[in-house]
Amino acid sequence: MDQTLLTTLIVNGTSVTRRVPARQHLSDFLRDELGLTGSHTACEHGACGACTVRVDGAIVRGCLMLAVQASGRKVDTIEGLSDSGELADLQAAFHRRNALQCGFCTPGMLIAAQDLVTTRPEATREEIREHLSGNLCRCTGYQAIVDAIEEVLAQRRGAKT
Amino acid sequence: MKAASFSYVKPAALNEVFDLLERHGDRARVLAGGQSLLASLNLRLSAPELLVDITGVPGLAGITVSGGTLRIGALTTHRQIERSPEVARHLPLLAQAVRHVAHVAIRNVGTFGGSVALADPAAEYPACAVALDASLVLAGRGAQRRVRAREFFRGLYDTALQPGELVMAGEFPLSGEAYRSAFLELARRRGDYAIVGIAAHARLAAGRISDARLAFLGAASRPVLALRAASLLEGRPLDAQAIAAAQATLDDDLELPADLYASRATKLQLARVLLGRALGALNG
Repeated sequence: MDQTLLTTLIVNGTSVTRRVPARQHLSDFLRDELGLTGSHTACEHGACGACTVRVDGAIVRGCLMLAVQASGRKVDTIEGLSDSGELADLQAAFHRRNALQCGFCTPGMLIAAQDLVTTRPEATREEIREHLSGNLCRCTGYQAIVDAIEEVLAQRRGAKT
Repeated sequence: MKAASFSYVKPAALNEVFDLLERHGDRARVLAGGQSLLASLNLRLSAPELLVDITGVPGLAGITVSGGTLRIGALTTHRQIERSPEVARHLPLLAQAVRHVAHVAIRNVGTFGGSVALADPAAEYPACAVALDASLVLAGRGAQRRVRAREFFRGLYDTALQPGELVMAGEFPLSGEAYRSAFLELARRRGDYAIVGIAAHARLAAGRISDARLAFLGAASRPVLALRAASLLEGRPLDAQAIAAAQATLDDDLELPADLYASRATKLQLARVLLGRALGALNG
């Protein structure tokens, strides 16, 4: 029998309380318990980045954090970040630049990209690649993804001046 | 894959951690950031019955400088080390190394103590700790001890930690103004564990190198100092001849076990290239 623990966390601004198995990782919790299937699970050992979400504002691997470890913390998923409009310009640039093919890696890519453009507005192409190095795209669409992020960096810098 | 079933507990005090470890022995595993442990559980490479999450224990995170020592608490994340002005100022070797630790999303969660306790031979901190002659502060119930990094790392995932003991912190002695550092590694993809890497730290004065600590990662079952290369360099001007001589001795200094991707000959060549680059960087 799995040990279960009563866990309360804030997901996309809403407080949720569930009884979760100790062994359930955050990605499965979001997908299976809350129906938030935008966070994808692929490698489930931290290599691919498809499960990237934000916990207390920092990007993390959803597959390398237990749901119970997120107890009391603030989790933002692609669904919440899309609805709030926070990613709108990145999403538009990804669309415009054809920066997704099958789209499987895209939620993780967008969240990692948003982390970069908010923390390092002057990032170079090399730094974009470095920041996204933990997010794999099996369609090999990196060039267009880097183009899209570079475009958004320039737009956001322009918007500030 | 999914982890096998286990129980989870998050004690709020150190003595509770020791109680749990005592009671459950090797059926329990300590969970800090979990960036290696949870991956290995998901892959079912290990199946503990209980995870003891130590992140609720106060006082285990943070970076402090005092009395010629920089102390890094076990629960300090890679990201905190990466962003620490104290580390940048006093331990440039570690500041360079941390950027090679996995990826941002993992650095946000993974901890110094976790990496040290895991003792992967290709990890960055163990090699830095050996190069800088750091000590690790270990605690068990009622007793605390310090073990030099050079004795702490004993082999593949094998350390001087006794059952029931925790890594509390790393203590790095600050070196003088004349010391320089270079950390370099070669990996198949950015953020992967290194094929081979070097943590180099040495004194440079009047164009001459001394007290060189050339710690290699990925070169043996634990981080290892290239002692012959260092003694050969002692007191010499760091010119092309000295660098070539040091590179030539690496064959004797390093074990370099072949792995899935690289033969011993390849690793030796890469180690020589890295040593050359590192010595060049120290001199630059």
